[in-house]
Amino acid sequence: MRRRQPAEWRIIAGTVLLGGVTLVAVAAPAVAPNAPGDQFPDRAYAPPMPLRIRDANGFRAPFVYRQVLDDRLTRRYRDDVTTPLPLRWFTGGSVVSLDAGSGPLLLLGADALGRDVFSRLVHGARLSLGVTALGVAGALLMGALVGSLAGSAGGSIETVLMLAADFLLVLPGTYLVLVLRGALPLVLSTRDVFVLFSALFALAAWPHAARGVRAIVATERQRDYAMAARASGATSWRLACQLLPAARGFLGVEVMLLIPALLVGEATVSYLGLGFPVPTASLGTMLQDAANVRMMREAPWLLAPALVLFLVMLGVQLLVWRSAPAIELLVGVRRVRPLPLTGGAAGR
Amino acid sequence: MLAALLFVLLVSSGAFALIRLAPGDATSELFLARGDPAALAEARSRLGLDQPFLMHFGQFLTGLATFDFGQSAVFGRPVGDLVRERAAATARLAALALVLAAALGLPAGVLSASRPGFAALVAPVSLALVACPPIVAVLGLLLVAVQTGWLSTAPGSYAVPTLALALPVAAMLERLQAQATSEALASPDLVAAAARGVPRARLVWVHAARQSLRPVLGVAGAVVGSLFSGSLAVELVTSWPGLGRLLLDAVTGRDLFLVAGCALVGAMLIALGNLAADVVRAVVDPRVRDVP
Repeated sequence: MRRRQPAEWRIIAGTVLLGGVTLVAVAAPAVAPNAPGDQFPDRAYAPPMPLRIRDANGFRAPFVYRQVLDDRLTRRYRDDVTTPLPLRWFTGGSVVSLDAGSGPLLLLGADALGRDVFSRLVHGARLSLGVTALGVAGALLMGALVGSLAGSAGGSIETVLMLAADFLLVLPGTYLVLVLRGALPLVLSTRDVFVLFSALFALAAWPHAARGVRAIVATERQRDYAMAARASGATSWRLACQLLPAARGFLGVEVMLLIPALLVGEATVSYLGLGFPVPTASLGTMLQDAANVRMMREAPWLLAPALVLFLVMLGVQLLVWRSAPAIELLVGVRRVRPLPLTGGAAGR
Repeated sequence: MLAALLFVLLVSSGAFALIRLAPGDATSELFLARGDPAALAEARSRLGLDQPFLMHFGQFLTGLATFDFGQSAVFGRPVGDLVRERAAATARLAALALVLAAALGLPAGVLSASRPGFAALVAPVSLALVACPPIVAVLGLLLVAVQTGWLSTAPGSYAVPTLALALPVAAMLERLQAQATSEALASPDLVAAAARGVPRARLVWVHAARQSLRPVLGVAGAVVGSLFSGSLAVELVTSWPGLGRLLLDAVTGRDLFLVAGCALVGAMLIALGNLAADVVRAVVDPRVRDVP
């Protein structure tokens, strides 16, 4: 009774967080005030424009002050408090914008080339979440296929498939993805990266789903309905299709665990320069600009993609807090029985 | 032991084969730079790239059998030396992070299971930290270090990389330890001990702690894996001269023997980590020992 309350609170907060990020990402072209590639001269490293609701005369509708470049060499900006710029909502196909001629709206500041960080962020989140979604779908499909085949067929097929799964599971995820990525041409277009990365993530992430599905299907196989199906001559493929629905709940949790793992995978590999090509905005490529000591001192707003990663992770944590054991929540960790590396435990 | 050897062999030869069969090789850059064809042919034969795949692969395997891991094309040094140095740096970082995570996470878990006031304090912190993937943790810590000067950002400083690896794991251990401790405290033998008048502190820190060891050690192998996996982002952001950095250089330089060497030593570290976890589990839990 006492524990029910916080759980509800967590689920609402997690749904709002994940739903909000997803919504903004999907609606990126409408949400972003500027195009992700647009470079604004005289706005290099411009700081974020705070939304204001109050000026000298009291409260008013949300507005920003015009930014004025004070000193080009030290890139010092100041707010021109004499000209408040009112925000325009839902005009010109954009959720929020400024009147034409009043300069760019830079809610989260600008990067080295004077590009709008906020606009790049929402477009980047769309790309990163897109590749993640496709990768999760692929991993689940492959996991369900392999798992149900292993579980319903049994015997040597099961042994071989599960050995392969265990082998991949023991390898640290980011290193596995890095080497698999190494087998592809080093320079790829955005479209190729999108497709190949989804495939690569699916290839690296299926084993956990497969193990879980196998365990469920193997239990389910003992039930009467499965025995009846076998008795009436169902092939092992048909049997697998009959047994798979039992793993629905497990696969639901699996989705939640794979989303952060793959999202972080994209960010890490793109950060290393092996993911999306540079002018493309993704969470990882954007972090490349931010991750050095000088930028952290002078332009910390470039770290906004890390905040998005954190928010997605937090949303997932809040949602699966009760349905998954704590260890599963740490990125890159899936609870598995490690390979019998010491020899003894051959009879699983 | 045999399984572990097979695992290490499979990982390193798999990595070798993948990179050997990938488009482009270590001389691609020379080729693109329109170096003179004789030099190109010389480099290709020196690196063994002119032989068919199977012969090259066989050469790699015979090298392994004699503990000769070949020559790095990028660094121009023996792979064995290079990998040993870098693996030591990564292992140092991971070991330090593991100790720190255990020292922070386990006592915090016991406390939050036994004191509701402490739990209310720790739960939000722990939730936020578990939500930090390595790349976010290291960037966040670097930001704190730069803005406040509390942590050193000098290259080679342990503060940022160790904390970035350790804090999320500490939070996860805290959750796990708290769960295990509260389950242990509710178990019949501990209720009986409490009824007999065993002091609360002894109950929590001795009896419950012993029972909770098993579930917590059950994830030891996974923790080793996660420290390893996380070390890639942490090493690259903080310029830590570890295995992650080396592997990245090797993969982008198409340095066959170096990729295979990194994979070999990485697999060895993982196998050793799992072995250590099994040994510790057997020491604390007699049930594991008795099952053959």
